[in-house]
Amino acid sequence: MKLISAYAPHLREEDDVRKIMLDVLIALSPAVIGAAYFFGWYALFLCIAGAVIGELFDIFVMKYLRGIKNFVPDGSGAVTGLLLAMNVSTRLPFWAFLLGLVFALGIGKHAFGGLGQNIFNPALVGRAFLLISFPTYMTTWVVPGAGFWKSPADVVTAATPLALFKEHGVLTPYWDLFIGKVGGSLGETSALLLIIGFIYLLLRKRVKIFIPVSYIGTVLVFSSIAYLMNPRYGDPLFHLLSGGLMLGALFMATDMVTSPITAKGQVIFGIGCGVLTMAIRLFGAYPEGVSFSILFMNALVPLIDRYTRPRIFGEVKK
Amino acid sequence: MLTFKGGVHPPELKEWSKDKPIERAPLPQKVFVFLSNHAGNPAKPVVSPGDEVKTGQVIGEPEGFISAYLHSPVTGKVIEIKKILHPILGKPIEAIVIERTSDDEWVHMETGDFERMSKEEILEIIKKAGIVGLGGAMFPTHVKLSPPPEKKVDTLIINGAECEPVLTIDHRLMLERAEDILQGILIMMKVLGVQKAVVGVESNKMDAYHNLKKVFKGYPVDVALLKTKYPQGAEKQLIYAITGRMVPRGGLPMDVGVVVQNVGTCVAVKEAVVDGKPLVERGITVSGDAVKNTKNLVVRIGTPVKDVIDYCGGIDENTERVILGGPMMGISITNLDIPVMKGTSGITAFLPEKPQPQKPCIRCSECVQVCPMNLQPYLLYLLSTKRKYDEAVENGLMDCIECGSCTYTCPSKIEHVRYIKLAKTVYRATGRGRR
Repeated sequence: MKLISAYAPHLREEDDVRKIMLDVLIALSPAVIGAAYFFGWYALFLCIAGAVIGELFDIFVMKYLRGIKNFVPDGSGAVTGLLLAMNVSTRLPFWAFLLGLVFALGIGKHAFGGLGQNIFNPALVGRAFLLISFPTYMTTWVVPGAGFWKSPADVVTAATPLALFKEHGVLTPYWDLFIGKVGGSLGETSALLLIIGFIYLLLRKRVKIFIPVSYIGTVLVFSSIAYLMNPRYGDPLFHLLSGGLMLGALFMATDMVTSPITAKGQVIFGIGCGVLTMAIRLFGAYPEGVSFSILFMNALVPLIDRYTRPRIFGEVKK
Repeated sequence: MLTFKGGVHPPELKEWSKDKPIERAPLPQKVFVFLSNHAGNPAKPVVSPGDEVKTGQVIGEPEGFISAYLHSPVTGKVIEIKKILHPILGKPIEAIVIERTSDDEWVHMETGDFERMSKEEILEIIKKAGIVGLGGAMFPTHVKLSPPPEKKVDTLIINGAECEPVLTIDHRLMLERAEDILQGILIMMKVLGVQKAVVGVESNKMDAYHNLKKVFKGYPVDVALLKTKYPQGAEKQLIYAITGRMVPRGGLPMDVGVVVQNVGTCVAVKEAVVDGKPLVERGITVSGDAVKNTKNLVVRIGTPVKDVIDYCGGIDENTERVILGGPMMGISITNLDIPVMKGTSGITAFLPEKPQPQKPCIRCSECVQVCPMNLQPYLLYLLSTKRKYDEAVENGLMDCIECGSCTYTCPSKIEHVRYIKLAKTVYRATGRGRR
């Protein structure tokens, strides 16, 4: 008999980081299927390649660059890869996507120390990199529903609903916005499919509701006020369903690593994201501001955490 | 149902032993009685090798206010006083080794009808009986029952939560010894001069709850039903659940007018004050998937763990962990010669678990949600590993009750409690803990 000296507690919940990451991948899959349906094979290919290559790159960095021989893959690279794929246009060439992925994981994540250490959401770091480096590829969109096998290069281009509205004052029908039959980044267009995935995460208790509610709530309030002042700003429902808000609020802003710890902190974070998103949408140069606002709020997380420390049991109010 | 904020729901694992009536373990051949069988100063031995001792005879006297008497658990001969590894203190501590030479010849304490005794007389008996908190903390009971006069205690709370998985001895006591528990409570109520006592019982022990209700009928002792949630039996969480009062940071239950005692301690108090029997034995649960015949046992203090396990049919040859206490807060031991102490509530033996590799913290905030003290365990872990002890203390390091809820729930398998305990030790040892 070989008794071991172990530390209490001697019971552990049967859960681990891999299962969390797997659940996130499952939750994103309806939107991936939607992307394949609306934008064709290349969208599906980017999603799968993003997840697979993202995970392989993670393993490569951990095993060979950081020398951790007994590294156990955790699935976080796959999540970043898939999210990045969902954040690009099908007009983006594969080589550029790979560059973005390497940047996302290499600079966005591993340069900070790897899993759990990064300040910014790695997928958004990758997206920001691509947006700045390849603005044309990243902001040219294709018309949805051109057929599964059609090459993206042959598909007619379209503007996103936000750009259409900002530049031409054209409103896209709500139903198209809701189901995702609009131009845009391949995984961001369908509010319906993203919400379905998010409900799965909620049921699995993998995510807290605070950030999405405060984020989307702030967008609603902000856009309502703006709409009442001047209808030219677009109505609240339009702002809710268009652009990357759903993908951002439900899946990017809720990234555990880069969002605050407490409920109070998460609400502050969500409100900040909402205000910045609307400020960029209404007054900024870009038609969309979800990713930059989340990145900006990511930087404030340590500060938010510091000022929202939970009151310790038995601590007297000061 | 009454409860607190936070906590976890580990598997209860109580079905292994909850229906086993308490039985008496055979007398051990040899006992090892630590001079530190209680919190505070070690006792001073008053016997020498070669002395003949009887069961219940005083073998150690308290040194200082927070200390306790020790009694011989068997009738026999003192062989030696030697240092052996103390599993809680983690260093060798002197223990009186006694070899049993015959069956019990009891030395009882002088006692009488407690209704006619003064508070002081009762307290003296409790002190002379060497009674300490049997829940695990081993704090001398007479000290707990003598709050300074400026602390107005109005409620006695009895901890029958037994939230620790695997353990069932308190459950059995509440089923089999309810009358004795009641007597013990009435005695302690008299000592404290309180009109109200409440026993807290978790809802997974409804039979115990109803039994206590029945036995307590007509007495000023209530039974409160508590939600089954770990750590419901932690002192501060128990007080909060039952009274709504929050023990202030760094404070004691008496700061909110409460004294808490464990159900096992009630039985010990009754036996001392009514029967004149000092604390030489206690009830323990012997359980776990590696134990052949799980049992609830009364064993003499100082009995080696090995003897207890042997009486339970032994443990599986693949056993990986033997734990003093339950799986959430118990201490694993690798040497089965370690003796049962006054605070040992059980012996748990587990078969090997699949090892789970540790991952970096992903800030999922689960630990913060479950912490019953509303701390941020991930942060305390981080600061402790970086040796930023002062910052850790600012963030509540010393408030941690080491319940292990954070580590239990962590998806990254981080051992928060291990590092928090270490940081606490370093902080205290470097003198920075003194204010």
